[in-house]
Amino acid sequence: MTTRNIEVDLMARVEGEGALEVVVDKGEVKDVRLKIFEAPRFFEAFLKGRHYSEVPDIVARICGICPVAYQMSAVHAIESAFGMEVSETVRKLRRLLYCGEWIESHSLHVYMLHAPDFLGLDSGLELARSEPEILRRGLRLKKVGDRILTVLGGRAVHPVSVCIGGFTRLPQTNELRSLLDELHWAREAAKETLAWVAGFEMPDLSPGYTFAALSGNVYPMNEGAITVSRDGTAHDMSCASDGFEGHFKERQAPYSTAMQCLLDEKPYLVGPMARLNLNAASLRPVVREALAEAGVELPLVNPYHAIIARSAEVLQAVDEAIELIEDYEGLGTGPGEPYRPVTPKESVGTAVTEAPRGMLYHRYALDADGRVVEANIVPPTSQNQARMEADLWQMIPSILSLSDEALAAACERVIRCYDPCISCATHFLRLKRVAA
Amino acid sequence: MAEQIKRPRLAVFKFASCDGCQLSVLSLEEDLLMLNERVKIAFFPEASSRMLDGPYDVALIEGSVSTPEQIHHLAAIREQCDTLITIGACATSGGLQALRNFADHDAFVQAVYPHPEYIRSLSTSTPISEHVAVDYELWGCPIDKDQLRKVLSDLLAGVVPRIPGVSVCQECKRRQKVCVLVTKGEPCLGPVTRTGCGAICPSMGRACYGCFGPAEPSYPARREHANTEALSRRFRETLHLSAHEAAHRFRFIHSYVSPFKEAGEETGEGET
Repeated sequence: MTTRNIEVDLMARVEGEGALEVVVDKGEVKDVRLKIFEAPRFFEAFLKGRHYSEVPDIVARICGICPVAYQMSAVHAIESAFGMEVSETVRKLRRLLYCGEWIESHSLHVYMLHAPDFLGLDSGLELARSEPEILRRGLRLKKVGDRILTVLGGRAVHPVSVCIGGFTRLPQTNELRSLLDELHWAREAAKETLAWVAGFEMPDLSPGYTFAALSGNVYPMNEGAITVSRDGTAHDMSCASDGFEGHFKERQAPYSTAMQCLLDEKPYLVGPMARLNLNAASLRPVVREALAEAGVELPLVNPYHAIIARSAEVLQAVDEAIELIEDYEGLGTGPGEPYRPVTPKESVGTAVTEAPRGMLYHRYALDADGRVVEANIVPPTSQNQARMEADLWQMIPSILSLSDEALAAACERVIRCYDPCISCATHFLRLKRVAA
Repeated sequence: MAEQIKRPRLAVFKFASCDGCQLSVLSLEEDLLMLNERVKIAFFPEASSRMLDGPYDVALIEGSVSTPEQIHHLAAIREQCDTLITIGACATSGGLQALRNFADHDAFVQAVYPHPEYIRSLSTSTPISEHVAVDYELWGCPIDKDQLRKVLSDLLAGVVPRIPGVSVCQECKRRQKVCVLVTKGEPCLGPVTRTGCGAICPSMGRACYGCFGPAEPSYPARREHANTEALSRRFRETLHLSAHEAAHRFRFIHSYVSPFKEAGEETGEGET
């Protein structure tokens, strides 16, 4: 047999349902297909006709792991369409909310989904036997993120307080202050996490990434210009969110229910590694110190190092959350208005924010009453999908001596570095109505 | 617990969904460790590469049925499991994506993807119970993890789980929140919505949007409907919502389940 078909029917420890198919013929890779069979849910179709005020609750349901990211890109895009700005308090609380989501989502991936690959385990829960204290640390870190989300938004999954113009309610100072003890613990735990993962033995692979992330004066979450770099440091391109669709184009592959997105016809990387590389200058001092102590140098160019980037961002988010809460305490006179009044108009608005997995683009066209006429959403996993396949094309020739089973496992490991959220990626097959 | 006692086998399956409800399993924190000791997590692809074949004692199912393959998959799961529990809005009522069930059929026939031939999808998103027998339903978008914790611990203790069906207003009053409907005059779905979330929307200064589905006041005696008709009338007559706006309140997270389904009928032309 010279032809080998290597298949993974259902990838484990990823969010959503995907399969992998690799064809090798006479020692040569003939095909690599990341097949996403997650059922489409047609969000962009049923957003049409809904009132702008319903959009944050709708788009949250695209992803149970990063609902805040969807809410953030949506409110920024719609606020931009209506030409409104939010108060400085709201701006900061939105960052705090995003910190909660990054902590929660990244901790889940680092401990429960990704670390098992470096430890030879099937699941994070198996740490309960070998290293229960480490597992407890991971679960407690995740809980810190969940608690921030709960205080600000009522619950960790699909929080309810985000609205166009601000929040439906601002927290009391003492509610936020109650998070501080746990956040101070989390800062130490995040440092330990970073040291822990930096010590993992990682295969060599440097596919030569083009990185894309927001970048600006502060570490990107809700703000910054879309920035592209081919070496991880120098910036080759920078544009505002309304330039996104001009550069980044989606296409549909026949074997997948998710769209793939390309930059100038080529794959590119979004997510924690891209963000970290492009924003080294705005990293908080504690993160720089921890990276240096762990012997990590930027830029990171190996996909396996994503777990290091994710851990560094947990520390970044925890440290910033502490500062945001301490600043909020300093407001003294109380937080002020929860949201600003909204005046809808016929308009189009776009926004990109940094979801835990990378840039998340939203565009809405709205009518004079503020109802959605058209919506376009490009999630990070669609953007990384072509990049995942390209990594496999590059890696497989060097591991052909492995058994089919071992080769399949190695491929799955590469995919997992991306923390793909297949549930997100799937729901964007656009329905285009053809005029009769 | 003696070594030789066989631990119940738990499986977690996913259909069309956002993953938020299975995430609730992973968010049980300390209790997740205890659960992991008391049951054998036999199939949970999102958490483990080790996927064991059935039969399973308990299956948790997230997500709605929305492709032809899923109908067959579901039938196979039902045969493999003893107790089947749906977790969340999608599995229990079809979820937010059931909005497509009301789309103007012609619009969907005309709807074109870049390559529609690559996609196999049913025209409807339906609850698990429309296809196989379901033993327990956990409502909510997402489910409340304390309800999940309680149902699992009841089952492990050999107790029949009871999932409360009363209106969330009772919880809201217990928490002494100002009434969003009466005092603030906002179109709150609380009076017809099942309890379970902890009345978080009123606590966050906004109207309930019904994410726990319709209340069933006499549960477990099934399907004594919450009075959506009276609430809808109040939205229109006292709060001056248009018929379309009032209907949209019901046609949202749980659009495909009675009596929200009927209350959502009055939408404008061609709306989904």
